[in-house]
Order: sequence, then structure tokens, then C-alpha cells
Amino acid sequence: MPELTYVEALNQALHEEMARDEKVFLMGEDVAFDYFGVCSGLADRFGRDRVRDTPICELGFTGAGVGAAMAGYRPIVDLRFMDFTTYALDPIVNQAAKLRYMLGGQLSVPMVARIPSGAGLQYGATHGQSLEAWFMQVPGLKVLYPSCAPDAKGLLKAAVRDDNPVMFIEHRLLYAQKTKQIVPEGDHTAPIGVADVKRAGADATIVGIGYQMGHCLEAAEALAGEGIECEVIDPRSLSPLDVETITASVRKTSRCVIVEEGHLRSGVGAEISAAIQEAVFEYLDAPIGRVAALMAPIPVQTKLEKFVLPSTEKVIAAVRKTLGVSA
Amino acid sequence: MAKSTSGLSRKRMGEMYRTMLRIRRFEETADDMYMAGKVVGGVHVSIGQEACSAGVCAALREDDAVLTTHRGHGHSIAKGTRLPEMLAELMGKVTGLCRSKGGSMHIADVSKGHYGAHSIVGANMPMAAGIGLAYQLEGKDRVAVVFFGDGASNNGAFHEAMNLCAIWKLPVVFFCENNQYAVSVPAEYSTSVDDISVRSKGYDAPGLTVDGMDVAAVYEASREAVAHARRGLGPSLVEAKTYRFFGHSRGDPHYGMYRTKEEWEGWKGRDPLIVCEKMLKMTAKQKKAHADAVETEIREAIEFAENSPEPEESVALEDIFA
Ligand SMILES: Cc1ncc(C[n+]2csc(CCOP(=O)(O)OP(=O)(O)O)c2C)c(N)n1
Ligand SMILES: [Mg+2]
Repeated sequence: MPELTYVEALNQALHEEMARDEKVFLMGEDVAFDYFGVCSGLADRFGRDRVRDTPICELGFTGAGVGAAMAGYRPIVDLRFMDFTTYALDPIVNQAAKLRYMLGGQLSVPMVARIPSGAGLQYGATHGQSLEAWFMQVPGLKVLYPSCAPDAKGLLKAAVRDDNPVMFIEHRLLYAQKTKQIVPEGDHTAPIGVADVKRAGADATIVGIGYQMGHCLEAAEALAGEGIECEVIDPRSLSPLDVETITASVRKTSRCVIVEEGHLRSGVGAEISAAIQEAVFEYLDAPIGRVAALMAPIPVQTKLEKFVLPSTEKVIAAVRKTLGVSA
Repeated sequence: MAKSTSGLSRKRMGEMYRTMLRIRRFEETADDMYMAGKVVGGVHVSIGQEACSAGVCAALREDDAVLTTHRGHGHSIAKGTRLPEMLAELMGKVTGLCRSKGGSMHIADVSKGHYGAHSIVGANMPMAAGIGLAYQLEGKDRVAVVFFGDGASNNGAFHEAMNLCAIWKLPVVFFCENNQYAVSVPAEYSTSVDDISVRSKGYDAPGLTVDGMDVAAVYEASREAVAHARRGLGPSLVEAKTYRFFGHSRGDPHYGMYRTKEEWEGWKGRDPLIVCEKMLKMTAKQKKAHADAVETEIREAIEFAENSPEPEESVALEDIFA
């Protein structure tokens, strides 16, 4: 089986889905030019009609994506930075998510919004946010966030085939990763709504969201050196959320830390934590820990940015705290 | 402002008259039902603006699309939406077009090419661009018409959608019903131009202002704009100067708050039904024949809606995902 980077996996998924179904098309700013490598070769292969550059009008082209989906197409809109979804919130939140419902099931909106997110590149407060928790609040949306190449390919293919609007969140630091992973060839899709256990362990559960999975796995590796075995779970799909896989792990470990790049308050971790205590309160031996961005906008300055964001060290500290052990 | 050329057949004019009367009577009925406490949610009637709905939709094929607004009963009816199911929707019945979950502001009948009333002002225009894009990609000569108000023409969504349609030559007609007000705010105050249709110039698209109380004028302008779109030449912007005889929504008086009685009476004298009757030189007998036929239809719609059941609670959790 071939080894691919995250970017190559996304690119392969797009190539395969566009070749499989001519109703699939891609639009957004600079998609033909291919800014990040994800769209490599698509414009040449499928033409500018199906790999369509748009003017800078996130509301306009996202709304047009909704319309095309209503009329039987399967658009993928590329929002380029998660921060820019603010301009596209109306078509996403008020239209895509609700049309099927408001119209009593008369149509569906099979649109994928590809949303590169995240900080760590010193782009600052308007080009580095992780707003995935916003979208989890909206009934009618699916929210996916793959952390590795095989999930990137499998989930993107599944998203394109899904008949509902899907927020497909990517991370720019994952684009930069040169490490390759084995990715199944051909028609490999990953199931939507099923978490993946990335590492098994019995002492504590770490739930890691998206790019933060890397920090979680590094932390688990370091803690294993001290004899602390962590089970590391990647929800992959934030909506619908696979609560069962998470709670099954917590039943075993009785301790849990949730790690995300979005801001702490009302974040993904808040929701997962609530779901855990509802289901397995009596199994918990310690308060659930959360590692998230501090409640400040993302600063540009490298040292400040690092201070605000989660890190491997912060994850290790949070796991130690939940176990009541000191460094 | 473009007036009609009176080159239309009596048959076509008669059909449009009938459509206008159906809209008028449906909305009067909706208003009565509202007053009787039988309507769930808000209702915005388009009484006074019927020539726009009837004139535009008469220029469309069945496989063309319309998208409308919070004030969308007229467009819905003119595009072929079924009256009983529509009234049932307003009255919160499970037999409603949207299974009672959309209400007046989200009426849709996709099987008739009616892609929905959209109650977020401006939101329907990017969607219309997308439907136009789908038609273009399909290589079919279908057209999408999007209805919106003077107020919506000040929204960014209008401008983004116009530009997209213009650069991609999408088969979309932007039809602006300038009824002079957005709730209480006069277009004269809120809009940078006297004729909204001139905004098409910014997108190098045709623009035309017509008398929105004259159904023939609306039809003729629409026919041209639709043909332009169907030939693959891109969008047009048609503005109809019109007036709503009722308040913005229920509870808002016909005049007295932000519109003067004189202004209201001036427009009322140009009631599109009366204008059309005069053009057709209709006899009392002819008028009665139309009225009787429409009354029967309205009675049937009321009967259907009144006798339909409310939804089970479980319906609230259906139709969320496909
Ligand atoms: C985005 C948005 N802002 C405000 C409103 C509240 N609102 C509903 S209708 C309306 C006036 C719209 O005016 P216009 O576009 O002229 O249409 P008309 O009501 O005159 O038919 C307003 C402000 C809304 N529904 N959506
Ligand atoms: Mg208005």
C-alpha cells in the first residue's frame, strides 16, 4: 500500500471522487492555482468548470454551493481559512443545515465545506482560529476533522458521498507535515460517526481533536516511559460524536483528558466532558481534564502564540494531574 | 419606467388575471385565518404586488426554478404550488408542504420548481446563482428567477450573487419588487439610487424598471430577461415599482405609521387587479366567473387544511438528515 502525506491523501480523495461522480465539483478562491497542494492536478484533469476559481465572496460562493446542491450537484466549497467561515455562516448555518428540515424533507444539501483551520504559523487572530465547536451546535451539520493521512482520505471520500452538508476541517500544520502514512488504495472510505483508538492503554484516556492528536500521541509516548499507559482516542467525527467509544475507554481507565485547539469555554471538550459524565459518572476517579487554547485571541508573536495554544507538555501535565502524580 | 405594449393575447392576460385573483384571495384568506388565531407563525402578504408574481411566472416554463422571500405566497401560487397544502402549512398541519416545519416564511414545492421561500433577507440570491450554475453545468436551458425586495438589494448577498452570475453568465433573473419600504424604512432613504435596476450596470448586465402594477408590463420585461438567460447570456435585473396594500406583517397598519394615507390611496387606485380588468375591458359576468372559480378553490383549500391533523411530536425529529 502507498504511503502518503496528509496533503497527498486529501488530493487523492478529491481526484478519485471527481473521477467517480461527475456531479462533484470544487469551488473557492485560487483552487485552480492550488495554493496548498491539496488541489494539485485537479484543474488540469477536470477542467475549470469543475475546479472553479471564485471571486473573494465567501457568502456568495458558499450560498451558490448550497443552491447547486439543492439542484442535484455535489459541490465542495473551499473556504481556505476557518476564520473566513464567518462570512459564510448564513449559507452554512441558516441554509445548508436547515433546508431539508424546513422544507419537510423535500430536498437535501449534499455539500462539503473544506475548512483549513488552526494556528501555529504566526498568522494571528484572524488567520488561526479553530471554530469547530460552533458547528457542533447546529443540528443538520456533520463535522469531521481528520488528524492523519488515512483518515483524511477516507473521511473526505465519505463526506463527498454523504447526502448532507459536511464541515470538513483540515489543519494547516498537517499540510506542512512531510511524514507519510500508509493509506489504503482506491475505494477506501472511513465511517462518519466512528471514533478511532489510536493507541491502547489502561491508565488514562486522552481524547484528541484534529491536529492536537500529534501532541496527544507524543504525550502518551513520553508518559509510557514513566509507566503511565494512555489510551488515545480520535473522535474524527465531532458531529455525530461517537460517545460510546470514548465512554468505553473511560470505563476502563476512569480518567480522561480532552485536548483541542479551539478555545476552552463551550468548546469541543466541554461537550465531550458532559457526555462522559452523563454516561459513566460512577466510573470517574478524577475530574475530567481539558487542554485547549487559553481564552485570548491567537497572538502573532511566536512565544505568545505558543503560550496560548495546547502543547505536548500541557497534555502531559494534564494527564499527570488527573492521575494525581507529580513530574 | 417601462409600460406594457398591449401586444398580449386576451388568453394570456386572462390567465394572469386569474393567477392574481387566486393570490389575492389566498392571502385574504390567510389573513382571516391569522386573525382567527388559526395560523402558526408570521404571515407577510403581498396584496398589491400580485402583478409581479403573475407576470414573472407566466414567462417561465414548468422546469424553471423560482426562489422567493418571506413575502412569497404570490410567487409560490404563480409557480404552481398547491393551495390546500400551502394553507395547511400556514395552519401548522402535517399535510402542509413542509410538514408544518417551515410555515409561511419557508413555503416550498420543489416538485414544481419552487426552491423555497427564504426568510433571511438576501440569502436566496447566492442560492439562485448555485441553481443557475447547476443548470449551466447540466447543459440544459433552464432558468432560475429569484424574487427579492428593495431592502434586500442593499445586502451584500445581492451584489456577490449578481457578480457571480455575471462573470459565469449564469441563467438567473434577479427580480426586485420595489414596494418602497423595508418594514418601515423607505427605499428612498436606504438605497443609493432612484431606480434599483441601474445597479445592474455595475455587473454589466441588462437592467430594466417596469410598472409593477401592470401585469402585462411585468410579463413583457420578464419574458425578455428569461429569454436572455435561456440563451446563455447571463443575468438580468428587473425592478418592478409596486406597493404593498397591507402592513409589513400582521399587526402593522396599512398606513398611518410610516406611510401616509394619501400615498396609500394613490397606490390603491392602481390596484393591479383593477388595472388588468380595465385593460381586458372585463364585463361583470366575466369577473364573476373568475371569482366563482377561485372561491371554489379557496373553499376546498380551507376544508383540506381545517380537516388535516396536527403533526405527532416525533415529526420534530424527522427530516434533519437525509
Ligand atoms: C438578514 C435579515 N435581516 C433582517 C430581517 C428582518 N426583516 C424581515 S423582512 C425585512 C424587510 C425586507 O424588506 P424588502 O427586502 O424590501 O422586502 P419586503 O418586506 O418589502 O417585501 C426585514 C428587515 C431578516 N429577515 N433577515
Ligand atoms: Mg420592500
